[in-house]
Amino acid sequence: MDELATIWNTLVNNGDLFRAGFLNTLYLFLIAGVGSLTWGTVLAAMRVSPVPALRGFGAAYVNTIRNTPLTLVFAFLVFAAPNIEIVLPGTFGRSGYFTSAYIALIIYTSAFVCEVVRSGVNTVSAGQSEAARAIGMTFGQVLGLIVLPQAFRSIMPPLTSVMIAMLKNTTIAAGFSVLEAGAIRANMSERGESQIYTLLWITIGFLVLIVPLVAAQRVLERQWRVTR
Amino acid sequence: MNAPKKTRRGFRRRRREADVSAVLYDIPGPRARLRYRMIGAVAALAIAGLAYYAFYRLWESGQFDAIKWQQFTYESIQIQLLNGLLATLKAAGIAVVLALVFGAVFATGRLSDHVLFRAPAGFVVELFRAIPLLILMFFAYYGTKDTGLQVSPLVAVVFGLTLYNGSVLAEIFRAGILAVPKGQSEAAYALGLRKAQVMTLILMPQAVRSMLPSIISQMVVLLKDTALGFIITYEELLYVGKQMGGRLVFGFPYVSTYLVIAVIYIGMCAFLSWFARWLERWMRERGRKTGIPVARADEIRDPAMAQGPPV
Repeated sequence: MDELATIWNTLVNNGDLFRAGFLNTLYLFLIAGVGSLTWGTVLAAMRVSPVPALRGFGAAYVNTIRNTPLTLVFAFLVFAAPNIEIVLPGTFGRSGYFTSAYIALIIYTSAFVCEVVRSGVNTVSAGQSEAARAIGMTFGQVLGLIVLPQAFRSIMPPLTSVMIAMLKNTTIAAGFSVLEAGAIRANMSERGESQIYTLLWITIGFLVLIVPLVAAQRVLERQWRVTR
Repeated sequence: MNAPKKTRRGFRRRRREADVSAVLYDIPGPRARLRYRMIGAVAALAIAGLAYYAFYRLWESGQFDAIKWQQFTYESIQIQLLNGLLATLKAAGIAVVLALVFGAVFATGRLSDHVLFRAPAGFVVELFRAIPLLILMFFAYYGTKDTGLQVSPLVAVVFGLTLYNGSVLAEIFRAGILAVPKGQSEAAYALGLRKAQVMTLILMPQAVRSMLPSIISQMVVLLKDTALGFIITYEELLYVGKQMGGRLVFGFPYVSTYLVIAVIYIGMCAFLSWFARWLERWMRERGRKTGIPVARADEIRDPAMAQGPPV
């Protein structure tokens, strides 16, 4: 019983730290989510466009970033960028490290978003875009009005997976001076709290965030299944 | 004799690349061609501008000065870099073997007829895919500090990589086993083999074979994730990079060091990815005889991908 009380106290005595940490994790997730979905979709549009230069750029970007560890992207932005006089300003009322963190997440995650969106474009039947072209739509209209809206429906499940992976990847920011969920541990260590109980609560926190996403994904998968 | 063959292959490749987008736009006429060419020129200019800006920034801040690259000429520093690479490969190598074992055991567990095995195996696999990998490493590295039996960073890195990638591999194996035609296990049972024999002799070898592209792709993920060891002070490539970049005598050569390290990582991962894709194609061409579907190399696998095929 005593042990249980200790575990419980680990959380309630340090509620401020856990709240601040997970709030920053959520902020990182939301900002990087919007950013990577946008940039990833733009990259996908480049990769299916009729312009070879854009196709080449998209392919080079995706193949480079996909084979680079996210930790290296973080390290580059935090340690190397100041050496070439790129100092990222603080945004959203937070430090420059926070800015570096979400930019690293956007750079990395958008490569995976791009590949998912591109595979989604393939699932839309050729008749759709042929019909759109037949009534005189341009490439931009075919993609933006006809193909992508239908593609997004069928790629919701894999896209959610990419977003879940990104949520878990926010913990890497802990190694780069951002107080988010992963960094709670180091701060708790300074306060002399139990490490293992702290990590237990962080794990529970992530499960609380991820389980609804997984559940939503399963529901979407069933309800949005497209029969083509 | 040679020329027509070449043309045909070129044609086939062009068609394969094109089928993604060929239906999105017509074969351009003269005006569209001009438009595309203009957009292409603007895009090429923008990309060139971006490249020039990056180059200018690097050049202006002296990243191409000899001093920033000088340390790569010292043998002791080359050895340091090599040791970092070896540490990365060591962690990845041990973790790959352990994760394969973990994956095979838990895939078998999830497919067991006994709920006593099935339920815990399912729980473990789902749990370890949901916990951030870094937190798993923290558990091993900092969690053991309380109990007094401190493990080394290598053990912590391997622990995390094994549990996470082992769980993902378990799902890959499970999908592979379920994809083996039913007649295979029925025939094996008819011959009098036991459940364990059917699994180890008949199903698992075929599943591993058909899922090989996915398994290798997962190894790319594992290799990349060894870089997390940097955060828990495992002296791998990125950790060595931080040390090298932080040297004042060479004017803090972070940029050059990270560029070199990025090339190493990208080279290794691109080779593995290419191998996975090549294997997929090769097996697909051969597989027509066996009829077992071959897994895709570039599938995105992460939590919650267990149910249903992607896309």
